[in-house]
Amino acid sequence: MATVLNPTYRTRLGYQAALLGGMCYLMSMLLIGGNTATHELIDEHVLNDKLALLAQVMPASMYDNDPIADSQLITDSEHFKAPIEVLPARMGNEFAGVALNITVQGWGGPLNFIMAMDAGGEILGVRVITHKETPGLADKIELDKDDWITSFDGKSLANTSHIQWAVKKDNGEFDQFTGATITPRAVVSGVYRGLQFYQQWHQQQSTAQSTAVAKAEESGS
Amino acid sequence: MSEASTPKPPSYSTIFRDGLWDNNVAMGQMLGLCPLLAVTTSATNGLGMGIATLAVLLLTNTLVSIIRGIVTPQVRIPVFIVLIASVVTLVDMAINAWMHELYKVLGLFIALIVTNCAIFGRVEAFASKQPILPAMADAFAMGIGFTWVLVAIGAMREILGSGTLFAHASLLLGESFTWLEMTVIPDFSGILLSILPPGAFMALGFLIAIKRLIDRWAKARQERAAMAGLVTE
Repeated sequence: MATVLNPTYRTRLGYQAALLGGMCYLMSMLLIGGNTATHELIDEHVLNDKLALLAQVMPASMYDNDPIADSQLITDSEHFKAPIEVLPARMGNEFAGVALNITVQGWGGPLNFIMAMDAGGEILGVRVITHKETPGLADKIELDKDDWITSFDGKSLANTSHIQWAVKKDNGEFDQFTGATITPRAVVSGVYRGLQFYQQWHQQQSTAQSTAVAKAEESGS
Repeated sequence: MSEASTPKPPSYSTIFRDGLWDNNVAMGQMLGLCPLLAVTTSATNGLGMGIATLAVLLLTNTLVSIIRGIVTPQVRIPVFIVLIASVVTLVDMAINAWMHELYKVLGLFIALIVTNCAIFGRVEAFASKQPILPAMADAFAMGIGFTWVLVAIGAMREILGSGTLFAHASLLLGESFTWLEMTVIPDFSGILLSILPPGAFMALGFLIAIKRLIDRWAKARQERAAMAGLVTE
């Protein structure tokens, strides 16, 4: 049977519009369906990755609270454009440290990392969570690819001066990568600003706490 | 209207010969150069990008071949673009949800596939005119052809740039492939140019030059053989 490949109704404008519209509709439905089917799983994976990362930067023996449940979002426009997620760690009622989930601008897009400090403001660890940097050049910020990210361990505002908080090309302490300077620069500056943010936040917390304690004592007496 | 009659599908051996060598995506059609130049800093990255492209190509070619009967030439381009973009997004979400470990390695490449005009090129030039099976074979051949060029360029740049080959392959393929990772030149600081974008152009240029030389040599040999045949007759 010879089939007519281009019947006349197909040349009509209505058919073409319906075809294009129908295709867009079908694809939108598929995408909505795909999103509904996967977004819970994806959120769960992201949460699990975050927990695994948190365990890497902050030893679980350090705290007995649930830092993710106690977390809060803080906007600090002085240091960061995007809000910072603060995950406080407490042992009993004692403040043990804090993990910060920070997003800065990398070379290829937003660069999301987590850093943990002990109560004294010394860095326990930094890990990159998601990034869009060039594979093979700038992805050495991942621990899987290179141990560069561990060069932050033990650093603090007290033991590393303002000038040292930069890549070696800018006379700082930290290595850059062959062919990629912008990415490590963004991470170093992000970690540095994270420490500054922590210092301010910690001061605020302790003054708030001491006033609360003072108030409690006043009302008690 | 060019579709008065469906062209006869080429034989499978022609499809594979085209995909792997004669009309190779990167070396013959010069398509998909954006992801090619961007990710081939190592052989492993090339392999990852190649596999992801192959999967998407297989899906889009099959789908377009199925709907080729109802799509008219006038609106085919937007229809195919919507289809390709949706398939890439769906693949991205599916791998993220159900193969999360793989996504951590391949995720970076999947978004880049959208910039690959080779996908659209195959859909437009082949799948929109051919039945499903040849379209799938074409996708497979083109995907493998693209993958081997990516791996070859990645390997060239990796050896010259960092002195290793298939570094971090176990992250992509699993622990059982650790044997692939080797150091070709020990204690080699690398030629930076090779890792930088111009290095990709140079590696691709060399590869294309070699292909042309081989093609010319094969053609000359064929002609000589034909001449010899005529003489003996």
